[in-house]
Order: sequence, then C-alpha cells, then structure tokens
Amino acid sequence: MSNENAKCLVEVQDLQEHFPIKTGFFKKTMLKAVDGVSFKINPGETLGLVGESGCGKTTVGRTLLRLYKPTGGKVFFDGTEVTDRNMQTYRKEMQMVFQDPYSSLDPRMTVEDIIGEPLDVHKLYSGKGERRDKILELMSLVGLNAEHATRYVHEFSGGQRQRIGIARALAVNPRFIVCDEPVSALDVSIQAQVINMFEELQEKLGVAYLFIAHDLLVVHHISDRIAVMYLGRIVETADADELNENPMHPYTLSLLSAVPIPDPVTARAQKRIILEGDVPSPLNMPSGCAFRTRCRYATEQCARECPKLTDRGNGHMVACWNH
Amino acid sequence: MADKNNKGNGSPLLQLIDLHTSFTTDNGEVQAVNGVNFTLNEGTTLGIVGESGSGKSVTAYSIMQILEKNGHITSGQILYRGQDITHYTEKQMQDFRGKNVSIIFQDPMTSLNPVYTIGNQISEAILIHSDKTKEEAKAATIKMLELVGINDPEKRFKQYPHELSGGMRQRIMIAMALVSEPDILIADEPTTALDVTIQAQILELMQELQKKLNMAIIIVTHDLGVIAQMADEIVVMYGGRICERGTADHIFYSPCHEYTKGLLRSIPSVENMKKKLVPIAGSPINLLNMPKGCAFCTRCDNAMKICLEEVPPELKMPDGHFASCWMNVKNGNYVSEVPGNE
Repeated sequence: MSNENAKCLVEVQDLQEHFPIKTGFFKKTMLKAVDGVSFKINPGETLGLVGESGCGKTTVGRTLLRLYKPTGGKVFFDGTEVTDRNMQTYRKEMQMVFQDPYSSLDPRMTVEDIIGEPLDVHKLYSGKGERRDKILELMSLVGLNAEHATRYVHEFSGGQRQRIGIARALAVNPRFIVCDEPVSALDVSIQAQVINMFEELQEKLGVAYLFIAHDLLVVHHISDRIAVMYLGRIVETADADELNENPMHPYTLSLLSAVPIPDPVTARAQKRIILEGDVPSPLNMPSGCAFRTRCRYATEQCARECPKLTDRGNGHMVACWNH
Repeated sequence: MADKNNKGNGSPLLQLIDLHTSFTTDNGEVQAVNGVNFTLNEGTTLGIVGESGSGKSVTAYSIMQILEKNGHITSGQILYRGQDITHYTEKQMQDFRGKNVSIIFQDPMTSLNPVYTIGNQISEAILIHSDKTKEEAKAATIKMLELVGINDPEKRFKQYPHELSGGMRQRIMIAMALVSEPDILIADEPTTALDVTIQAQILELMQELQKKLNMAIIIVTHDLGVIAQMADEIVVMYGGRICERGTADHIFYSPCHEYTKGLLRSIPSVENMKKKLVPIAGSPINLLNMPKGCAFCTRCDNAMKICLEEVPPELKMPDGHFASCWMNVKNGNYVSEVPGNE
C-alpha cells in the first residue's frame, strides 16, 4: 500500500464530509455532502471533477485542504497521511484558486501584499529585496505587469483578478493546486486566456491540479482524467477522452448529451437524454444508488444496494449495477 | 399608421432600426447600444450573443422599455408589426408587455415575488391582460403549468417560490411569460444560473412551446453552445454595436468579423480538444473609454490604421449575411455597403 502511495501525489480514501443541518427545534439531520469519495492524482496531472451544483465537488476540494475537517476517510500527500497533521506545512504544498475573483481577494490590500502574504506566512525570503523580486517574478509568470504591483484589486478586470489569485497560490511553490471553478466567472473571450495559463504553468512547474468545474468542454480540454460526481459520490472515472467517447454510467451519458455543442449542425443532430426531474435533496437521499430516481435503467437492486466503483478496463471505473 | 411593407423574407414581426440606448452616469453618458439593426421574423429564434458590456441585455430591455431610471432610448425605432413602440406612453407599454412581448430573466431565484403564491403570480398576468374571472384565470394558470411540464399543478398553484427548485422556478417564469400568449418571448440568459441537465430541459421546453404556440424567441446569451442549439439567426454584439449578423450557419461556418472568428477559436470544442486554445488578447471593453474606430480594434490581431480611426460600415457579404469589419473592405470580398448606417 505505502509503495503505491509513493507514486501518486495526492490520494483520497473514502473521504466523508457530513454537515449537521437543523431540521427542527431539537432535530438535527446530517447532510452528507461528500459520502465516500476516493481518488488519486499523480504529480503533474490534472484530474477534472464535474457534477451539478450541490453534488459536493467544491466540498471535496475544500475538505482535501482541510478547510473543513473531514468526518471520515483519509487524505495522503506524497505518501504520508495528512488527515490529522498540522496543515501549515502541507499548505505550502497544496494551494487553492477560488471561483469568485471578486470576493476571494482583499480589497484593502495591494497586489504586492496579496501575492506576498503567503511568502510572509511561510517565511520564504531573507530580505525585503528578495520578497519584492519573488513577487515580480510571480507576476510576470501569470502575465501581470510590474507596475500593477502597487495597485488595488478594484482596478482590475475579472481575468486579471484571477491571475492575481493564481499568482498567490503559486507563491509558495506548491506541487498541487485545487482549482475551484476558476474560469466560470469570466467572460468567454477571457476564459481561453486563463485556461491556457493553467496549462502553461503546469508544463513549466509540473504542478498537479484538481480542476473542479461544471463546464464539461472546459474540463475535457484541460484534464488528463475526469471524475463525475453525483450527490456526494463519484459515479465514474476515466481518461478524459475515454470518458467522452465511451461514457458508461447513465448519469454521465445524460450529462454529456446535455452539453450544448457550439456547432449548429452537430447541435441539431444531437440526441439528448433529458433527465426527468431535479437532483434529490441530499438531506433525503434515495436508498441504494443515489441516481436511481432519475435513471431509466433503475431496477430493484439499485434501490437495495449502493453500487461500488469497479474497473471496466484501462482504469475506467464505473459505479452502476447495469452498466 | 401601420404601414406594413413586407418586403424581404418571411413576415417581420419586430424590427430594430438604428437603435441607440444610453445611460447617464456620474462619469458621463454611456452608449450601451450604439446603432443596432435587426429583424425578427414570425416563429423564428434570434440569438444575441456577446460578452458582458456588449449591450446584448440592454438591447432586450430597450425593446421592453424596462431600462433603469438613468437609461433611455436616444434615437432609432423599434417597429412591432410596423408600429413604432418607442413613442408609446407607459400606459400603452403596460398593455404591450406580456400581451405582445414577454421577457424571462437570468435569475429565477430573484425574479419571482417570495410573498405571493405561484398561482397568484401567474393568474395576475391573466387578470391584467384579459377580462377573465378569477376562476377562469385559475383554470388557465393550471393549464399553463401543465404545458410547461410541472407535475401536480393544482398543488404547485398554492406553493411559494422558495418551495421549488431553480429549474422549476424557471418553468414558472416561462409559464408566467406565456400565459397571455405573446408573439415574442425574450429570454435573457435563461439558463445561465442552471445546471446542464436542467438547462437541457428548459431549452427543450422553449423549443417545444415555440412550435406549439408559434411564437418568435429572442435569446440573449454569452454561451455559444446554447446559441448553436437554439438560434436560426444570430446577432453578434461587441461594445454596443453589431459585429455580424446572419443565419446560425453563416456565423459559425463562415464568420466575417475578426471578433466572431476570435470567439469561435477561443472556445473548447470537439475539434480543438488536443490543441491549445487561441485566446482573444486584452481585457473586456470599458464603455466609458471607447476607441474612436471599431470597438474591437484594441484587441484585434489584424487591426489596421483605419480600424483605429473610423467605425466600420455594415457590409453585405456574398452569402447574404452582414458584417462590420474593415478587413472585408481591404480584401474587397463584400457585395455592397448597407445604407443607413453611419
């Protein structure tokens, strides 16, 4: 086991995150935001995590970095279990880029101070000059000009703010970054700039990403492997191309068929598998397979027992009784 | 007064002629819509695509005349069945909205009133626009709820917006918009706040209802995928002006404006999955600080001297669609200049 762990950079085993929710005066119900998620990420690799809102993909990212304390399960970084360790040392290796470039940057700090803060916290410089040099180097790395250093965040557009957020994450020279919907808040013409930057940084620095997003075309473009989540569980993982060409789980199938393709002829010919109804409330999860209430193939067995992820060849893992 | 001249194709339902809309702000006058021309034909779908600040939503709001207090249509005409509605009084507009043209908004969470029941809010629209009794209105509401695919409509009638999911609320919004049987439905980013599987449901519903009720749709969005699926005709906007307009196939397969070309190159698609995306350089436009010439010139790779100096004229291309780009003048690959534009 430990041997295998050494190969991959990040490993998550049976991660659980339950939040207590008040459902009555004295009554509390556990909301199972993440319910037994396992995956591995190799150095320099991008794992895309997709799913609809409320499926727990953001919670996975945050629990991984211990922004939430996990209810259960283990997180390994570079072969060592970090679940109960002091996270400060590990946060130097694991960083995060947030979705909203407006609320995740302090409006009262200059760009220099925002990018410099992680350097201060981890004491990564010996003098003022070195601090400044490091900041300028990071800024040029993400395509910001040196004269931006003394400005405040409100002077920047969304795309530039996201660059500041990425420079801040890169400041401590991490080996792993959780990117939580980093391009969803950006304009179409700006998205490509930021996606390219993520790819270039990975080539240059060899950093691994957990790329959380709901835009499947973007995720397919940037990821090596993709994991699909539904109601707190992973239902399918495979190589990005394999998942798109040969999806097996009925949920993945309908998710992929629902993506509007930016090509009129393909879009007109597209056969959509329209799912009935909405995602069930995670407070009141269906028994067995969580997807069975919207699944065309659901049988009795699906209601009785929750399917486990099983390998269907070439690391294509699917959790479904029928496929 | 209504001199319908039905030249051109189909029968034009709504025509925008050189529409200008601006907002008075502390920093000066902002030209949000700057000379927009297009025609919407009966029973068809027109997509307006653009990024934030392109003027796509303001164009839609101008048609409904629901601009913020500091916004006003400064010149141009909006012809609905040949009648200019820009001179309508507020009273006339109230009658016009809902009955002739309806709108649904991006955020179904905030566009429903939380303190009234669903039934109350939908039947209100019926009671205003017709002389039906309350019972008749209720029956019509329940029929409408069924039409937009809400199960158990009797129960939903009595429920409040917070009891429904996002997708359901958008269905309620559509029901409310269509209950007085308008000719035109304007959908302003109708699915941006929704998940893909719910988005697919709503888009499918809109297409279905369009066939059933034979209405025209104007869909405003930044999502090229949604546009490709929905639109017959597409208008591409940037910085308050139209870059290019034509059928969906024209825009996607033979774009003639540098912005449209750049936009199509920059989105991930099946073809460029393995390649690097080609982004559009620079940052989004600041409407307070517009370039003198083409709005896109500061971000355009092929900008020439004339692009910086002069606003490009709208040109008719050989395949019949329209583009406003100096590149076409340079290459001489256009048929004629469209008169009436500055």
